[in-house]
Amino acid sequence: MTTTRTAHMSTDRTIISETDWKRPAVRIPTTVLHVVLLLLLIVVGLLPLLWLAKSAITPTQDTLQHPMALFPNGFAWANLAHAWNDVHIGTYFVNTIWVTVGEWAVQLIVATTGGYALAVLKPAYAKVISGLVLATLFVPAVVLLVPLYLTILHPPLVGTSLLNTYWAVWLPAGASAFNVLLVMRFFQGLPTEVFEAAETDGAGPFRLFWSIVLPMSRPILGVVSVFGISAAWADFLWPMLVLPNQQIQPLSVRLPAIASQTDLGVYLAALAIASLIPVVIFLCFQRTFLRGGGLGGAVKG
Amino acid sequence: MLTRAELTEQAAATGRAAVSRPAAERVRPRRTPITWVRRGGLSKLVFTLPLLVVFGVFSWWPIARSVVMSFQRTNLVTAPLFVGWQNFEYVFHDPIFWVAVRNTGWFALLALVFGYPLPLVLAVIMSEVRRLKGLFSVLAYLPVVMPPVVSVLLWKFFYDARAEGVFNTILGWAGIPPQPWIQSTVAAMPSLVLQATWAAAGGTIIIYLAALTSVAPELYDAAEVDGAGIWGKIWHVTLPQLRGILFITLILQIIGTAQVFLQPFLFTNGGPVDSTTTILLLVYRYAFTNSLGGNYGAATALSLMLAVFLALMSVLYFRLTRRWSDA
Repeated sequence: MTTTRTAHMSTDRTIISETDWKRPAVRIPTTVLHVVLLLLLIVVGLLPLLWLAKSAITPTQDTLQHPMALFPNGFAWANLAHAWNDVHIGTYFVNTIWVTVGEWAVQLIVATTGGYALAVLKPAYAKVISGLVLATLFVPAVVLLVPLYLTILHPPLVGTSLLNTYWAVWLPAGASAFNVLLVMRFFQGLPTEVFEAAETDGAGPFRLFWSIVLPMSRPILGVVSVFGISAAWADFLWPMLVLPNQQIQPLSVRLPAIASQTDLGVYLAALAIASLIPVVIFLCFQRTFLRGGGLGGAVKG
Repeated sequence: MLTRAELTEQAAATGRAAVSRPAAERVRPRRTPITWVRRGGLSKLVFTLPLLVVFGVFSWWPIARSVVMSFQRTNLVTAPLFVGWQNFEYVFHDPIFWVAVRNTGWFALLALVFGYPLPLVLAVIMSEVRRLKGLFSVLAYLPVVMPPVVSVLLWKFFYDARAEGVFNTILGWAGIPPQPWIQSTVAAMPSLVLQATWAAAGGTIIIYLAALTSVAPELYDAAEVDGAGIWGKIWHVTLPQLRGILFITLILQIIGTAQVFLQPFLFTNGGPVDSTTTILLLVYRYAFTNSLGGNYGAATALSLMLAVFLALMSVLYFRLTRRWSDA
C-alpha cells in the first residue's frame, strides 16, 4: 500500500479514505456489508410497522391462524372504525393530544424563560439555580415517583388535589433539567452584541426575549418540541397513576387496559392508530429528530 | 407610592444615618427594594419564576421529601411518624427484594452484553455509507419513534407461544420448534431484553453517528501516513476518539436498565413466578397496589437505595476510567 498523499483530501472524510475506496478489495466487501445492513434494517426497523399496518385491516381469525400471510381472506377495514368508535380510541386519542399539547407548552415556557433568565439576564442567584437544575439530572426518575404522587394529592398553595386533572401531567413535565440546560447553552452561544444593540435601542428585557432571543432560537426550540412531544405521547406510568379516571386517560394508559376484552383485529387497529401520529411527525421532521438525537449525547455529557 | 423627591430624600437620609453609625451596623444604601427593581431585578425574577415554581414544587421538594419519607411511616390519614431505619429493614427482610435485585442485575447484564456493542458496530458501518445515508438512519430510528407501550404490546403478540405465533412461525421456516418466549421462567427475561434492545438501539446509533462525524479527519490522515489499515484506524483513532461518548452511553444504559419498568410490567407483570420482577416493579407494588394503602416508606427507601447505588456506580466508573486513561 502506497502512502503517497493525494491532492483531493476531503475535509469530512471517514475511516475509509477515498484512495481506499477506489480499491476493489475494500469497495466490494464494504458495499456488500452495506446492502446486508440495509436489508437487516428494513426487516428489523420497518417490517414490524408494516406488519402492524397489515394486521390492523386483517380479519382476526387470519391474524391468529396465519400471522405472516398477506390478506388470505381479504380485508377487514371495519376494524379501524370499531376501534375508533366502539373501543373509544377516538376519545383517548383526543386525550393524548390534550396531554401532549399541555406538556409541550409547559416545557417550552419553563425552558425558554428559565434559560433566558439564567443565560442572558444573569441574576446574582443564577449560578445557584443552574447548579440545582443540573443536580436533578443526576437524580434517577424513580426517586420522584412516590413523593411527587403525594405532592399531586396535596399540592402546596392550591389546596385541592390535582389528581384526575391534566395539570398533574403538565406541570411535572416542565421540570426537565435536560430542556433547561439545552436552551440555556444555546442562549449562551448567541452573540452578545445583538443584546447590547437592542438595549441601546431601548428594548427592555421582555422585548429582548420576545422579539430577538426567541426568533433566533428556532432550531433549539424545534429540538425541545420534538423530544417533548415524543416523550409526552410515550409516557405511561405517570399518567396511569395521576389520571385514574378512564374518561380522561391517554392512549398509552388505555391500550394495555383494553387488551383482554377487545377483539384482536380491532385491538391491533387501535395500536396502529396510536403509532400513526408519532411516525408521521418523525417522517416530517427527520432532520430535527436525528440532529437532536446526536445533540442529546452532547448535552448529557 | 413615593414620589421621586421623597425617594431621593429617603436615600440621602439613609446615607446620613450610615455615616453616623458604627461600621459593623452600617446598612448598604444601594440594596433597597426600589433600586433592586430599577436595576431590572424584578424582570429577572419574573423570568426565573416559572422555573423556580415548577422545579421547586415538582422536583426539588419531592427529592428532599423522598429522603425524609424513607425514615417515616406515611399513610395519608395520620401525621407521618419517624421510624428510623424500619423501612430499610422491611425492604431487606422482604424475600422478593433479593429476587428483584437479582432479576434487575440479570436484565442489566443481558442488555449490556447484547445491547451495548451492537449500536457501535452498526454506527461505524453506517458512517461509511456513501449513498442513501439518510435512509439508513431513518430505518434505524423507526423503532425509537414508536410509542413504547405500543411496541411492547405488539411484541407481546409476536411472542405468542403457540406454533402459529409470529416469531414461532418465523422459527418454523428455519425448522426450529416453537419457543415459550415470555411464558417460561428461563426465556422470559431474555425476551424482555430483546424487545428493549430493539426499542433503544436506534437512539444510541444516532448519538454515535453524530460523534463519528466529529472525529478530526487529520487523525485518520496521520494514521494512514503511519501505515494503518482500516482495522488499525478503527482501533487507534475511532475508538479512542469515541471514548467519552462511549462512557456516557454506558452510564446512561446502566441507569436506564436499573430502572426498567415498562417491559416487566406490561409483558409479564413480574411473572412467571417472579422471574421478571424488577426493583421498580417492587417499588410500584409497595406504593400503589396494596389495597390497605400504600407502603410509601418502603417504596421511597427502596428507590433511594437504588439512586444511591446508581450514583456510586457512576462515580466509581468515572474514577476508574480516569485512572486507566492517565496510566
